[in-house]
Amino acid sequence: MAQADALLQVRSLSARFTREGVASRVVKGISFDIAPGEAVGFVGESGCGKSVTARAILRLAPEGSSLQLDGTVHYRGQDLLQLPESQMRDIRGRRIAMVFQDPMTSLNPVLSVGAQIDDMLRRHTGASAQMARKRTIELLGLVGIRDAARRVDDYPHQFSGGMRQRVLIAMAVSCEPDLLIADEPTTALDVTVQAQILRLLMRLRAELGMALMLITHDFGVIAGMVERVYVMLDGEIVESGTVDALFAAPQHAYTRALLDAVPRLDSTTRLL
Amino acid sequence: MTEAAAPHPRTRGRLLLALGLVMLAGMVLVTLFGPWIVPYGAATTSPDSLAGPSAAHWLGTDSIGRDVLSRLIIGGRTTLLITFVAVTIAVTAGLVLGLLSGYVGGLVDELIMRTLDIIFAFPVFLLAIAVVAALGPTVPNLILTIAIVYTPTLARVVRGPVLSVKRWDHVEAARSVGVGEFAIATRHVLPMVISPILVQTSLTLANTIFTVTALSFLGIGPPPPDPNWGGMLSEARQFMELAPLTVIGPAAAIVFATMTFIVLANGLREVLDVGSR
Amino acid sequence: MRAGTEPLLRVQDLSVVFPARRGKGSVQAVDKVSFEIQPGETLGLVGESGSGKTTTGRAILQLQPVSGGSVHLLGRELTALPRADVRAMRRHMQFVLQNPYSSLNPRMTVGATLTEPLRVHRSVPAAQMPQRVAELLGFVGLDPDVVRRYPHEFSGGQRQRIVIARALAVNPDFVVCDEPVSALDVRTQAQIVALLKSLQVRLGLSYLFIAHDLAMVRHVAHRVAVMFGGQIVEIGTAQQVFDRPGHPYTQALLEAVPVPDPAVQRERLAMAPPELDFLAHRGGIGPCRFGEDHGAIGTSHWHWLSPGHGVSCQFWPEAA
Repeated sequence: MAQADALLQVRSLSARFTREGVASRVVKGISFDIAPGEAVGFVGESGCGKSVTARAILRLAPEGSSLQLDGTVHYRGQDLLQLPESQMRDIRGRRIAMVFQDPMTSLNPVLSVGAQIDDMLRRHTGASAQMARKRTIELLGLVGIRDAARRVDDYPHQFSGGMRQRVLIAMAVSCEPDLLIADEPTTALDVTVQAQILRLLMRLRAELGMALMLITHDFGVIAGMVERVYVMLDGEIVESGTVDALFAAPQHAYTRALLDAVPRLDSTTRLL
Repeated sequence: MTEAAAPHPRTRGRLLLALGLVMLAGMVLVTLFGPWIVPYGAATTSPDSLAGPSAAHWLGTDSIGRDVLSRLIIGGRTTLLITFVAVTIAVTAGLVLGLLSGYVGGLVDELIMRTLDIIFAFPVFLLAIAVVAALGPTVPNLILTIAIVYTPTLARVVRGPVLSVKRWDHVEAARSVGVGEFAIATRHVLPMVISPILVQTSLTLANTIFTVTALSFLGIGPPPPDPNWGGMLSEARQFMELAPLTVIGPAAAIVFATMTFIVLANGLREVLDVGSR
Repeated sequence: MRAGTEPLLRVQDLSVVFPARRGKGSVQAVDKVSFEIQPGETLGLVGESGSGKTTTGRAILQLQPVSGGSVHLLGRELTALPRADVRAMRRHMQFVLQNPYSSLNPRMTVGATLTEPLRVHRSVPAAQMPQRVAELLGFVGLDPDVVRRYPHEFSGGQRQRIVIARALAVNPDFVVCDEPVSALDVRTQAQIVALLKSLQVRLGLSYLFIAHDLAMVRHVAHRVAVMFGGQIVEIGTAQQVFDRPGHPYTQALLEAVPVPDPAVQRERLAMAPPELDFLAHRGGIGPCRFGEDHGAIGTSHWHWLSPGHGVSCQFWPEAA
């Protein structure tokens, strides 16, 4: 793939973060591409570096730590790691958006959901208050929140977990970003709600032509949602491939071990 | 893109803690061995009154020729004794009441907390004056008054964490194993509460030093002839211009003692990670 | 599994009501739940959040006050026992909680944590306690010299092994496992589940295995009960419930579980989402979908589809 085609081109990305004086190298020189409109999945166990990779792209350090990054992250030809913070702020939310695992802590509990989405719209698109409100209600409807016109003034705690996640997704897609990064978007949700959210993400991808970077530990979730999979272990990508090839014939011992350990609903062959 | 790291709180905390402990050790040792190391008796008068600092009297003498340094050291014994004993009683009572109140909850909690609230509402000095007027200004009375006055705060500092810790998983796990409620309270809940109590104890010690010296300054403290810092300060006021050390001496001692506990409290708070974070 | 004998645990019409609190009314968390567990058997209890499965587990263990119904363990009625007797009965019923990071006292060594149940129930003379602790650690595959270490020195999987060792300390007959592996990585999950299964065979334990991960439960449970809204909506052998689900909610759950098979999963997600509105339909007046008028006859909303396999007639879509 020629450089001009890739939406996101990551080369030798390394991340080190320092918390309470202790430095740890959590991502060790990884490289990958995301084409426009493509869906890729990052899968691995806890501590493998998949979440840090996502945050590195947007240069978001977790609470109380500092993130040191090396390598290049080319977005539409520009290296995000070299951009000044002010320009980075324009990219976050507008061009590359992120959805986190826990909707309760990602939403401001003292503002109505409508206010939070309005804010984003007005900041990034310069829309007027009226236009923003109209678009907000549309977005809430788009993500499947019934009675959107009334619920737009409700507060986060008045929504169920699944609804809150929908609100977060509405916020994330409000400015029609090119890339949506979703970090364990359904892990905290019940399985029936999970299925609904996954369907929503698929639909939005199709309607908005958005690329998707899906990070999860759940192979079942990855299986239906992405075209390519990257398996991470200890800060490195140990295997990558199309989703069908990877599931059918995993090459790396670690990938095989992971897939073997996943319990299957349709059979009772012994685990391990 | 590296961000400069602030001086790490844990290190700063450790330094403060070390400093505080050194100061505390110094104070305790000096006052403990006081009677043996003082150059003069606390009550030994001399004709050399209101003298400035000299080789014979490092901090000079007071209005009736008594050595200021010796009186400071001996006076410190009483002050620190009252402080430590009173706070020990208050902490013990606070621990017991706070644990009982927080763990048992319900009516017991209400009863204990309301009673403590009533005590809490009394200004220290008013209560001390009342007690002294009624029962006399003896050292035990003073200790008891101060202990009673500071118990509510300590109990509250214990009760807070107890309320949340008692809902933690390992407590329920212990209960499911069959551990009795008393054992759960003392072995599984109490140890979690130690950190905030240590910090509050240091703060209370600082407060108590101040209270004791203030009471003795007002004349409500331990009666003469035992020297005490507050009393010395009070006496020396009139001679401030003639012999400033008679005022500076006790004042510095009071500040030093109070600072010791404040430094300890801050050090403990940072090292134990108590509070905001 | 020895069938036909007196069940180890019999739960009948168990109900738990959470009292009204400021702003919210009272909540019927568990609504007339009934089931039995035989010695050596595992009953899987599945459901989504709010289904009441965790509360059921805690209520059986008498860690949660019971509002109605009975819990018979080894022939004794737990809800009627005085507190001291319940504590004594705890040596027969133990608890493995979900979060290995919080269910161990961080200030107690592993040795102290494992010795505590032995002391409480006086099951082993003091001189033999270290031996018993070493034996327990052996059961769960941990080195005996971990006794001097503290929980924070171990990984999640190792901590969960310590929790299991503690549960086994007094030789219980019955263990409630509440999401015992959800907080662990997938490979560790598999190891811990394998451990639980082998311990069951070795020590003749019965488990109430509470989980939301249906695939996991399939591997572990002999029988499965599906909960929704505080009630059991389906119960049967694992094969009956998973291969021939009788209740629409069970079917919805099974359909929603992501399968690690790309083609299957893509197909599923492409299909229209199932309508779950029927979950609001509690039993009304008149005959239920199986033709019985429970209100009139006074029977419970339950039907046996085949021996051992039953479903609730509540929470069904309206008849077309």
